[in-house]
Amino acid sequence: VDQSEHVPEQHAQVLSLWPIGVAVGVACALVGLLVSWWIVGIGVVIIVLFGTAWIYDVTRDRRPQPMAAAGPPAAGEQVERAAVGEHETSRKGFLSAMTLGLGAAIGAIVTIPPLVFAGLPPFKKGEGFVDVDVDLGPLTDFEEGQWLITQFNMFPPQGDVAERIAYVRYNGDLEGEPSFTIISNRCAHLGCPVQANGPTTPEQRRTYLAGRRKVTYTPVLPAGGFGCPCHGGQYDTEGNRTAGPPVRALDRWAYRIADGRLRLVGAYSVNEVDGTGKDANIGKYRLAQPGVHIDGVEQILYPFIPPS
Amino acid sequence: MPKSERRRQVESVVTYPLDWIEERTGWVGAVKYFLFRKVPGRTNWFHTLGSATLTAFLVQAITGVILAMYYQPHPDQAYESIQFITNDLTWGWLVRGMHRFGASVFIILMFFHMARVFLFGAYKYPREVNWMVGAALLILGMFEGFTGYLLPWDQTSYWASVVGINITGTGPFVGPFLANILKAGAEIDANTLSRFYSIHMLVLPAAIAGLIILHLWLVIRLGVSNPPWGPQPEEMDEDDEAPAREGLVQPVPRSNGK
Repeated sequence: VDQSEHVPEQHAQVLSLWPIGVAVGVACALVGLLVSWWIVGIGVVIIVLFGTAWIYDVTRDRRPQPMAAAGPPAAGEQVERAAVGEHETSRKGFLSAMTLGLGAAIGAIVTIPPLVFAGLPPFKKGEGFVDVDVDLGPLTDFEEGQWLITQFNMFPPQGDVAERIAYVRYNGDLEGEPSFTIISNRCAHLGCPVQANGPTTPEQRRTYLAGRRKVTYTPVLPAGGFGCPCHGGQYDTEGNRTAGPPVRALDRWAYRIADGRLRLVGAYSVNEVDGTGKDANIGKYRLAQPGVHIDGVEQILYPFIPPS
Repeated sequence: MPKSERRRQVESVVTYPLDWIEERTGWVGAVKYFLFRKVPGRTNWFHTLGSATLTAFLVQAITGVILAMYYQPHPDQAYESIQFITNDLTWGWLVRGMHRFGASVFIILMFFHMARVFLFGAYKYPREVNWMVGAALLILGMFEGFTGYLLPWDQTSYWASVVGINITGTGPFVGPFLANILKAGAEIDANTLSRFYSIHMLVLPAAIAGLIILHLWLVIRLGVSNPPWGPQPEEMDEDDEAPAREGLVQPVPRSNGK
């Protein structure tokens, strides 16, 4: 056996500036994430330019040299190819292919159900915030202009895991219909529970029982809006972001009035709220996960929102 | 010095069962092949970081198996079962502490091991694939940490997992879908806890164990790399070659047939 073919290729150690340029570009892009999108762009340009040059440099020896003039193939080559029979299948080859093919088919058949079982149930509709109907109690319990920390259970069979908190304020009537501002406490940054920036009055806490669901109200005065303890996101009393990392306003709950009671009927996302209270003009969007942009140029990063 | 009759008897008693196994399985030879390898001269304690990481993983595996005997992956019982393990079971605090702090030790040792390999240039040809396998092990190890953090089901672990899952959810295009797969639905609930538990104690340990075998096999196949201060090829002479170690087994001549 001729061993000469198996000698590992020589890796020429040539000092190259291209990797350093790519590293500078990466550093620039990362700094830009904190400072400005323009610097990210400059970093990306540097990465692409130096990366291309690097790849060009590295593959210089591998690229086919431009052929001068391809002569006619040697006669011997033709004969050899014909003798082997490129498309002729031997018995051994057929059995190998059948074994591999059958093995692959059996493997696929037994693998697909578990994968589907693990991967698809999370996308079943109606298990999230969207299709709920939670009784929050009679309208007479709500005083105009007062904020209530309202704790309720979305789905009692789940137990404490399904406890949720919303900030509820009765805004008085709008065109004959009672108007409420109901803000979810799920931070629009990464989902921590936002807190009211102001005094609570736990001694005035009261509860309301609707079947198996227990609703707890605690009056609160969120004079400084709402704030998140995890990473410092701040919102005003309408849920608009005022500071920190959140990408949009706080989510809100849709509601309906039935039999003189306030009922929550699912949450939606909000990009911005104009005005306050019952006169607020709310930019409604389909409920999105925390941290997901729903407007602006970044929304192209999230074209699909899974059902909830 | 000629061996005494007594010594030969003792040796044959020791080697006979080993030879019996070796003849039928080749396992003794395999163990010898694994343990008695040539290593470059002037290796030092830095070369033990990989073994230390492996030890940390084995500690995690063993303590984890024991913890799984008492832990209840359900929102109503998870926290209580952790309290039970910690406060009531004999030495439960110790085993849980080993698992909990051993997790940090495992991650820290992986980073030290990676730093050693990087700074010694041991990732270079022909060991690039082993670096890639190691990188996969690092990612799986971090994922072990992430999934294990939810299991105590206290406020810290719950909200840390909320944040971690939502960070996943901000990934472009597929992020929201990955987050739903992690959560086993649109909201964090009992299914999330059992999913994390299953991933933490079945999926990832199996994957890590498989990759560790691959990692070790490549170490054995390619050998330990020469440290930067070791002898350079042009300086090496015959004396630098470590002598082959004497074997564990002394083959007993056997007659053909019965």
